[in-house]
Amino acid sequence: MSQYRLNYLEQLEAESIHIFREVAAQFERPALLFSGGKDSITLVQLAKKAFAPGKFPFPLVHIDTGHNFPEALAYRDWMAKEVGAELIVRKVEDTIKAKNLTEPKGKFASRNWLQTYTLLDTIEEFKFDACIGGARRDEEKARAKERIFSVRNDFGEWDPKLQRPELWNIYNGRIHKGENVRVFPISNWTELDVWNYIKTEEIPLPSIYFSHEREVLIHEGQLIAVSPFITIDETDVIETKKVRYRTVGDMTCTAAVESLANTLDEVVDEIKATRISERGETRIDDKVTEAAMEDRKKGGYF
Amino acid sequence: MDLLRFITAGSVDDGKSTLIGRLLYDSKSILADQLEAIERSTKNKANGEIDLALLTDGLRAEREQGITIDVAYRYFSTPKRKFIIADAPGHVQYTRNMITGASNASLIIVLIDARQGVVEQTRRHSIIASLLKIPHVVVAINKMDLVDFSQDVYNKIVTDYTSVAQQLGLTDVTYIPMSALQGDNIVDSSSNTPWYTGKPLLQFLEEIELDQDINLTDARFQVQFVIRPQTEELHDYRGYAGKIASGIYRKGDAVTVLPQQLETTISKIEVAGVEVEEAFAPQGVVLHLADDIDISRGDAIVKTAQLPKTSNELEILLCWLDDKPLQTGNKYLLQHNSRLVRAVVRNIEYKLDVNTLQQQPVEGSVKLNEVVKATIKTAAPLVYDSFDQLHTNGSAILVDETSNSTVAAVLLK
Repeated sequence: MSQYRLNYLEQLEAESIHIFREVAAQFERPALLFSGGKDSITLVQLAKKAFAPGKFPFPLVHIDTGHNFPEALAYRDWMAKEVGAELIVRKVEDTIKAKNLTEPKGKFASRNWLQTYTLLDTIEEFKFDACIGGARRDEEKARAKERIFSVRNDFGEWDPKLQRPELWNIYNGRIHKGENVRVFPISNWTELDVWNYIKTEEIPLPSIYFSHEREVLIHEGQLIAVSPFITIDETDVIETKKVRYRTVGDMTCTAAVESLANTLDEVVDEIKATRISERGETRIDDKVTEAAMEDRKKGGYF
Repeated sequence: MDLLRFITAGSVDDGKSTLIGRLLYDSKSILADQLEAIERSTKNKANGEIDLALLTDGLRAEREQGITIDVAYRYFSTPKRKFIIADAPGHVQYTRNMITGASNASLIIVLIDARQGVVEQTRRHSIIASLLKIPHVVVAINKMDLVDFSQDVYNKIVTDYTSVAQQLGLTDVTYIPMSALQGDNIVDSSSNTPWYTGKPLLQFLEEIELDQDINLTDARFQVQFVIRPQTEELHDYRGYAGKIASGIYRKGDAVTVLPQQLETTISKIEVAGVEVEEAFAPQGVVLHLADDIDISRGDAIVKTAQLPKTSNELEILLCWLDDKPLQTGNKYLLQHNSRLVRAVVRNIEYKLDVNTLQQQPVEGSVKLNEVVKATIKTAAPLVYDSFDQLHTNGSAILVDETSNSTVAAVLLK
């Protein structure tokens, strides 16, 4: 390879940095959706690099379901301070009260779908015209077809049939009043790319990404953290296990994996060896219907 | 390890989905739970084989309405390379889909059904590949199992396609006989084709030389965003953030800012806040100039020794992508990377038949999927190169200001 050639991670990084700069230039009020998970952490790192030594140009917005891991919340607060970004937190709990919504029921009742309400309210409250998210196309087949600049109507809805052609590296972010654009700068990254990047860049992560002891409920082979947010029945099997999280979502709908991996090298090695997809292994909510993500996106989800 | 983006072009029955499924499956990119889901959906389980085509199955909206929503992206990697496949459907709205998928591809796999040989679709795919200057072409002669792996059939198709390639100026063409369904010549050389001495597909994709694909000679850079922290310690900092589209920039280079036509030198180059001596395409950088010049988003900083063209009246090849036809005389926005100018399309010279490459007179309006030669007048000058020479600085889109839709792909001549 010539000395003037980027390796694959550097190429992905260059593409993402280009996208970030387009967002900052094309929109009046962009925001970065930040959950404290590895994908949005990668976004923050890319944005830091895109605008250095200038100010971090987006507020970090967290849609808090109230079911988060405390470690992720602590990390979120730390990260906002670290990059000097404004942190905007809006709680699903408040939306439920204000809008008189019905809490989902069931053993692992998830507020995941309700986040959409809070997200759309937050977009309206702050008049955000672009929301940057960490979704990747390798995650799921609805995401595989979504544009990097994904225009949503004033209900936040994605219409897969009305997507703009996205040609070369030219991004058309023009919208009508009330619409907004979801931007996915790491669309072309895979889970392993994200982990390799975090390793290369030595980005600190919330501690739950590494092996730790945790009380878990074993449900259909998945390990679900014991927390006040799930219903525990007498017949449930609860064990203390060495686990880590492969993805960070709500405590109610994210499963842990058994692991002794304490370092990024060990985690990356495990991810390389795994034979189960990220969503399949860790997301309880995607199993409901085969088209779960497609439906949620059409309804205004991230 | 580097990155190869490619597009697969084939019509419905050429086995495109099976081929992609096979690549994903054999590179072990399909994980156990995804495989299980496919096994559940595989209707005919009698032969014990899974239906690889289901790996690229679409959205429910598509299945319900019998439509295909343009391009899906697939990912796989081997120890040698990461691959991004743009999977464009073969039938409805073909040109639009393929242009979208092909615009970032450096290789195209043209699928041919060995029983059918070179057909009209094959020609159309190849014409679009040549229009978009995709550097590498792989002709996948598929379903060889259905012609008894006949070398004569293979040779006939190679001869036929060679004349197509010559006509279109496609220079880097590789032919691989295969059966995606049975895995012949995909990962391993097949014992069914002892007469074929080339590489199997995956090995070919892993080893093809890509160094020449990025132009490192003509230095092109457009300002995306001006970084001005205006803090106490960075009071006078003024950096121009953008991506090097082609070429190499070094500290001290004599550069010209266009369209202002002002000459200066590069005083500093930064990558992610770290100063470097030189940077190259496609790196994202921040350039600093020795002189204080009024520069904003969309302006070009190029090496004085290799100037691009600057004009507000351009010859273009335009592919219309919108359901609403093109209105000559209407104003559109032209977006050339980060530069946005108003533009009017006029003098539509001819329409290009994408099946035959023949020039035809245009009657009435220009409609979806039509490719026309025209001239365009812009409100401010564009700084550009001919697409054929430097595609990163020779491509643009048209945006309808009233709908905000992207309505055309524009190749600057």
